[in-house]
Amino acid sequence: MTPEDLDLLAELCRSRAGLRVEIDKTYLIESRLAPLARRESFASIDALMAAVRLGRDGRLLWAVIEAMTLNDTTFFRDRKVFDHIRDTLLPALARRREGKPVRIWSAACATGQEVYSLAMAAEEARDALPNARFEFFGSDLSERCLEKAQSGLYTQFEVQRGLPIRQLIAHFESQDETWAISPRIRQGVRWRRVNLVDDLSGLGRFDMILLRHVLPDLDPTVGRRVLEGLAGQLSSHGVLVLGPLEGGAELTGALRPADPLLGIFTRDPAFRAAA
Amino acid sequence: MKTCLVVDDSRVIRKVARRVLEDIGFEIAEAADGMEALAWCRTAMPDAILLDWNMPVMNGLEFLQRLRQEPGGQAPVVVFCTVENSLDRIRLALDSGATEYIMKPFDGGILEAKFAAAGLL
Repeated sequence: MTPEDLDLLAELCRSRAGLRVEIDKTYLIESRLAPLARRESFASIDALMAAVRLGRDGRLLWAVIEAMTLNDTTFFRDRKVFDHIRDTLLPALARRREGKPVRIWSAACATGQEVYSLAMAAEEARDALPNARFEFFGSDLSERCLEKAQSGLYTQFEVQRGLPIRQLIAHFESQDETWAISPRIRQGVRWRRVNLVDDLSGLGRFDMILLRHVLPDLDPTVGRRVLEGLAGQLSSHGVLVLGPLEGGAELTGALRPADPLLGIFTRDPAFRAAA
Repeated sequence: MKTCLVVDDSRVIRKVARRVLEDIGFEIAEAADGMEALAWCRTAMPDAILLDWNMPVMNGLEFLQRLRQEPGGQAPVVVFCTVENSLDRIRLALDSGATEYIMKPFDGGILEAKFAAAGLL
């Protein structure tokens, strides 16, 4: 790729989605764009970028940005966090909500493993919380990821990453070498494409929001704005879960550490609530 | 150092598994079928067993059932590692005393994660 195309790509990703693209990692960037160029019938990445430069095709531009998002994820990534959510956070939130649904949002859900892990954890917590109701929301910048997430279908490799065998047999059915999450869990999740740099106030309030392994890929200024946007959507007792050691309270005064080693934050009461 | 007995009739699979498991701190012994594995266990009971299902002489499931009858044979944590991937087979393996289950093909990441899930790391 030419230096001009790399600069254009970095600028598009930064301005439209707050994504930080390291332009010296040319090989990595090309490995992301090559499949897109093929899919869109361009002869090369250069031809793809020439079309992007013309700027006439908004869909293509977003496809390029989406191709640059990281969507490497596993079930129950950082296991300890999910144990804490199941054993401590979900029971506490369920009591707070007194039978009203606990609203949980996986804000960068990629191919769905995180939000389905939450739903499985809630199933297990439910035994001790017979009256609890949970609502799950998954959002991502990438339509392609959302489509896969929504299908609830995973390869044999994917279901072996992070998912203990007893949870696999409890929550999945197999069709040849494809594994389908149970309809009960799949139908409990609602999906939407969300760009976290946009205004989030239309999405409602949530009792738990997860944004894990995303901040390191965001431009720091944008990262702070995203955190403040999410803080504004937390209910008064809500918690924000970031990846371990991703900062949070250091980036914005809107957050107060609750369990920083696990990446768990609450909204600082002094931070103005979203309108 | 924890010990792991790798039981598989494929020399290639044994070699791959050995490399991954040595990297995460196991001392490895190898067996090519269930009968050989049983002989190993009678000499020195390992902490963990990575177990193929379909093997000549004695298959993995029969080995597991026999192992559990042996003195000290309740102790090893057994992780199946097999091309068998139907839910029925997986349930049968767990009911027979396996703790975790890997469906081939696998890679180092899966092997390590499954050993962690089985409480071996």
